[in-house]
Amino acid sequence: MYKLTDVGKTYQTGRGTVQALRAVNLSIADGEWIAIQGPTGHGKTTLLQMLGALDRPTTGSVEFDGQDLAELSEADVTMIRARSFGFIFQTFNLIPTLSAQENVEAALVPLRVHAAERRDRAAAALADLGLGDRLRHLPSELSGGQQQRVAIARALVKEPAVLLADEPTGNLDEDTRDEIIGLLERLWQERGLTLVLVTHDSPVARRAQRIGVIRDGKLKVSQNAVPARAADADDAALG
Amino acid sequence: MFLTYLRRELRRRARQAILIALGLALGVGLVITVTAASAGVRNAQSEVLHSLYGVGTDITVTQAAAPGEGGFGGFGFGFGGGGGSGTRPKAGTKINSNRLSTGAYGPIAVTSVTAIGRLKNVAGSAGALMLNDSKISFTVPSFSGGFGSGSPSGRGSFKPPVFFSVAGVDLSTGALGPLSSGKITSGRTFTATDASSDVAVVDADYARQNKLSVGSTIAIGDTKGAGTSFSVIGIVSSPSGTGSNVYVPLGRAQALAGMAGKVNTIYVAASSATEISGVQKEISGLLPKATVTTASSLASEVTGSIASASSLANTLGRWLAIAVLAAAFVLAVLLTMSAVARRVREFGTLKALGWRSRRVVGQVMGEALAIGLAGGIVGVGLGYLGATLVGKFTSPLTASVGQLTGSATPGGARLFGGGRSGSGRFPAGGFPGRFTHAASPTVTVHLIAPVTMGIIGGAVLLAIVGGLIAGGFGSWSAARLRPADALTRVA
Repeated sequence: MYKLTDVGKTYQTGRGTVQALRAVNLSIADGEWIAIQGPTGHGKTTLLQMLGALDRPTTGSVEFDGQDLAELSEADVTMIRARSFGFIFQTFNLIPTLSAQENVEAALVPLRVHAAERRDRAAAALADLGLGDRLRHLPSELSGGQQQRVAIARALVKEPAVLLADEPTGNLDEDTRDEIIGLLERLWQERGLTLVLVTHDSPVARRAQRIGVIRDGKLKVSQNAVPARAADADDAALG
Repeated sequence: MFLTYLRRELRRRARQAILIALGLALGVGLVITVTAASAGVRNAQSEVLHSLYGVGTDITVTQAAAPGEGGFGGFGFGFGGGGGSGTRPKAGTKINSNRLSTGAYGPIAVTSVTAIGRLKNVAGSAGALMLNDSKISFTVPSFSGGFGSGSPSGRGSFKPPVFFSVAGVDLSTGALGPLSSGKITSGRTFTATDASSDVAVVDADYARQNKLSVGSTIAIGDTKGAGTSFSVIGIVSSPSGTGSNVYVPLGRAQALAGMAGKVNTIYVAASSATEISGVQKEISGLLPKATVTTASSLASEVTGSIASASSLANTLGRWLAIAVLAAAFVLAVLLTMSAVARRVREFGTLKALGWRSRRVVGQVMGEALAIGLAGGIVGVGLGYLGATLVGKFTSPLTASVGQLTGSATPGGARLFGGGRSGSGRFPAGGFPGRFTHAASPTVTVHLIAPVTMGIIGGAVLLAIVGGLIAGGFGSWSAARLRPADALTRVA
């Protein structure tokens, strides 16, 4: 699915040049769950943006399904984002003026889905995540966990191949965090998604199949020795 | 989704949207008010000029009288009817004089009318003879002392002289000429068969003052002081009462004034408004001594409150409207850009969801357009209110045009400076031989500031343009947003 070759990204700031990514090489297979960890400001989000075609690398290539995203036109990249990638953000990033259902519908707008079908699919996606009775609620009328579930519904309603989550539990309390991670895990399993999850949270990262650690823009990926559910079991045994 | 998002967003920042819309509404309202007021003043000026000029006339041609020619010419009745030269009339002799003179205008050959009619870009030309009639009637008193130095005494009677203006109308030219601005309110106008008849059409005001009606007769003088009785066939109402008092067929006027084959005013219609200036030059070339006047040159001579109103509407009003509109545009642009800056997160998210830049731009433009449209609609209401108030609270405008001996202005009424009726009586005690004093007819016009569909359409368009400019700036900054930057800024 993904093949990153010598990906580098530099930014010009007022203080000089920042090397956000340095010669990152990474392959991600279909249906794989990889967690990315690392200190703040070391390139986690930049890597996720490269994978989500939100930004282009300064050097190297990011291939998605055999296409170099850096070589595609903006229109093509936008269409790939619309069809293939679902994003989940730490701050939920819901449109404050739109209801839960309308927020989910917004993901189907670029796919030119008919309005009635949009409404039905959005309602079904929310119902699937336990928010069937919150369709008309504005984000401000929902709890943090509910807002993140709306964001997940928005990411999944278009049935993407890849789910890119940037600190999805960063703004949630521990119970809600577990609820959301459990939900993502279920969806990953049920839908065969490729899941790339950026997190500070080691217990969350340990549920992934592989864990990548990024420091000063350099990525090291290792196989997660202990399967996610096994880790849970170990934690429970220790507890 | 587009409309839902647009509506919700405008509701979210309702206060800001209302502020922008009100700013645009104020600017648009002022533009409508000022434009309507300007149009009202222009209409009033046009009404004044048409009344002086004749509807359909673009240019008038006159020629100043040569020294000793024309003018009022004095009453000139002789005292030679009694005991020979140098003898004074016998006391108790009744003297009646009804004399026709050419006023301040010199004669122009009728062939010039034809020559002008043949010029390129001239749609029509008509000659007219603008005359002044003066009637005096008194009984010679007995004099003590020598004639010329003594003072009248004994039983004599004197009636103040009566003046009125007479226009000789060319019956073959139809809509062009001194009668063209009038409307027949009673009886009929001239027909071709009236060319050699002693028939007259009388101005409505003059007819009312002198108790004339269709079927009445009116005596019109000649160069010898004798009167000829004309039958009144119609009453005509001029828009502002500045036409002549009496209209007669041109041929009869020429005969009475001893000006066969002559006119003293030529009315010219150009083939189009853009040709007026060129035609004016051609006529000046054809008749170098003539004064060639156009409506625009005459307009510059209009004085009185109408000129002040025109100046106010065209300078202060226009600049005020432009300033307010510009301020509203700037306010709209700044507030829209500020709103976009606060929505970086939203737009970055939408782009991450796969929204194209042009859809985001369309959303911002749509919101700005809706605000502009709302501002335009409210502005139309404000402008309509403003125009109504201008019409309601503006005092009637007065207009005076030029001086008697200044540039040529047809319309015999002004020669006697009598205001609406145009007729007047000189105060007892002196009879100038030639009217050279400033005698400007003052026309009163009520200002109506018309709010036309064109003005409304233009104003709404202006508001929409304001919205689009604001939206353009806002969406330009939204379009430039790279999703990664937008999301990073959020982070």
